[in-house]
Amino acid sequence: MAAITFLEAIKQAMFEEMAADPSVVLIGEDVGVYGGAFKTSEGLLEKFGWERVIDTPISESAIIGAACGMSYLGLRPIVEMQFIDFIVCAFNQITNFVAKGHYLWNAPAPMVIRGPSGGGVHGGPFHSANPEMYFVHTPGLKVVYPSTPYDAKGLLKASIRDNNPVLFFEHKFLYRRLKEEIPAGDYTVPLGKAVVRREGKHLTILSYAAMMHTSLEAARALAREGIEAEVIDLRTLLPLDEETILQSVRKTNKCLVVHEDTKTGGIAGEIAALLCEKAFQELDGPVLRVTSLDTPVPYAPTLEAAFLPNAQKVFTTAKELARY
Amino acid sequence: MPAIESRRKAELSREQYLDLYYYMRLNREVEETMTRLFRQNKIVGGLYSSLGQEAISVGTAYALEKRDWLAPMIRNIGALLVKGVPPRDIFTQHMAKYTSPTKGRDGTSHFGDLENLHIVSPISMLGDLIPVMTGVAIGGRYLGQKIVTMTWIGDGGSSTGVFHEGLNFAASQRAPFVLILENNLWAYSTPVQRQVPLENLADRAKAYGIASYIVDGNDVVEVYTTAKEAVERARAGKGPILIEAKTFRRRGHAQHDPAEYIPKEQREFWEKRDPIALYEAFLVKEKLLDAKGKKEMEEKLTSLLEKEREFAVNSPMPPEETVYGGVYCTGDGCHKIRPKWERPIAEVMPPKSSVEPVWTVEGFGRGKNSSGKNAPIHFGDVPQEQKTQETQERSAKKSDKKPAAKSAKKAGR
Repeated sequence: MAAITFLEAIKQAMFEEMAADPSVVLIGEDVGVYGGAFKTSEGLLEKFGWERVIDTPISESAIIGAACGMSYLGLRPIVEMQFIDFIVCAFNQITNFVAKGHYLWNAPAPMVIRGPSGGGVHGGPFHSANPEMYFVHTPGLKVVYPSTPYDAKGLLKASIRDNNPVLFFEHKFLYRRLKEEIPAGDYTVPLGKAVVRREGKHLTILSYAAMMHTSLEAARALAREGIEAEVIDLRTLLPLDEETILQSVRKTNKCLVVHEDTKTGGIAGEIAALLCEKAFQELDGPVLRVTSLDTPVPYAPTLEAAFLPNAQKVFTTAKELARY
Repeated sequence: MPAIESRRKAELSREQYLDLYYYMRLNREVEETMTRLFRQNKIVGGLYSSLGQEAISVGTAYALEKRDWLAPMIRNIGALLVKGVPPRDIFTQHMAKYTSPTKGRDGTSHFGDLENLHIVSPISMLGDLIPVMTGVAIGGRYLGQKIVTMTWIGDGGSSTGVFHEGLNFAASQRAPFVLILENNLWAYSTPVQRQVPLENLADRAKAYGIASYIVDGNDVVEVYTTAKEAVERARAGKGPILIEAKTFRRRGHAQHDPAEYIPKEQREFWEKRDPIALYEAFLVKEKLLDAKGKKEMEEKLTSLLEKEREFAVNSPMPPEETVYGGVYCTGDGCHKIRPKWERPIAEVMPPKSSVEPVWTVEGFGRGKNSSGKNAPIHFGDVPQEQKTQETQERSAKKSDKKPAAKSAKKAGR
């Protein structure tokens, strides 16, 4: 057992899958010689050669289109978006071509589109995005957003082996700030399964990615005031693990959703609707949400801090909810 | 056209000449059958005609081998027929029948076959197939298959962003990929002169440093022989090729469009250049086809299409409950595509995989400052001076990058 960073977990997952399966290739901007803008693919070119680690021009649509074409031959491409913000440059290719193929003409496209996402690192409006919900709205895709090195490795491996297109978001704030001991051998974490990070009985906090850690921090503060929050890490947003969510809310009867994505159209709204449909009788209070503001991600540290959720905001809202 | 007839004649066998004729006739008859079905309200959605463009679909697809891959656009029914799609699939697709390749989930030429015929389905957004077929091409090369991929685009679609991204990427990869640009002079109601300030759309190839050809799209022999040359060139690893086929869209954008915006003189000019009539005259003159042979072929077509039409008309619509399922590929039997390796796998696995590229770009990859695990990241925890240095290295590296593909233009034959 060795403690590794989130970044190292991503690299290990790609390295091990490429070593085990010649159908796995990596394609993206600066992924080869440079080793990726964040060094997540460092050393892969040297090990696997230029045919399997493909540096491309700055053409997100072409990269994703080409990966889709490769998948039609039984290959399993991993696509790196240098920053996940740029995934929208390939929006049409993903939502119309890649996502619809299996339903329409029985064409599976096993591919992973992964990249660094999220704010809190002063990347500004075009290097801090959380664009997951554009894609959660697209049937045919899977959307994964891990919060720990263990999960990052296990979920990325499972995503590469999955027979569907998977969008894999890596919160860059976590890349080097987290270390975790992970098992030496091969393991996967199943897609579509949430996990209870902290058990509690007074209310449920649902979160994912960097905000999972913020939620845990708030839960510790709540505990000091006698409020035991159950914190659930969603891990996969599409398909959503309804069972784990409902099980927890049926126990605590209260639910707060925390995400770094902006408020309107975020997953919290979808979860609120789900709870209204399937657990309305068991709710003792409103489903509340702590999210980023409905603005672009601002650049100045003062503005970004105001934009993002934090443990204090989660704590305050959770206390409010606990009063019901 | 007449100038090339005698030269081209020697290159084709009698069977090939008659094949081209058969598929062009089949293409037209299939579409005329569908026009009648449309007028009988048996076609659920739109109907798009390739009347007058049959020589392009047929001549280009006929240049491909069985192992090769194609992806049609809306006016490439002929290419599908050449590749082996039965007419019933095209009828049932248009009629949204449960027996159609997509079981009524999509219409027109929007269907494919990954396992046997090697056809990728198009989508309505133009240009997307260019990077996708580039991906098939480089994937095939990686697996050691000697395949070539082909798709089509119109004069209209050649202005999309993904056309440029895709063709540039194909060029940078020297992908075994052939793109047929059907310049039919009209993008819906907009004439080509209002879309692109170029005399020849083949000139777009110059921007990517790839080879291009210009052909008379109404001369099936010229289309075929040029496409054949392009396909073999691509197969030999010489990079992608753009073929501009000059032609004319004789019907509207779709059945509902009377195309009154088209000048009368232009229409009359092209009506006289019907690719099937021209080719038939050539075949008769060269004694490759006589009245008896023509009659036999027509009888064969009529009987085939009647049977195929009957099948489609009598097929059921998809039952409502089939709307569910298939959004995801789930279960063991879902993903049947296994990579077909035609080279030793050891070549792509360590230690052998750490080979040098087969072509290199001078200066690329040099001056790399690999600081291994301690490499900085761009945001959050990087000291300012380190960040600046890194940015400079990156921009220096990018300016070193040059497309490797050679320019080998061969236009204006």
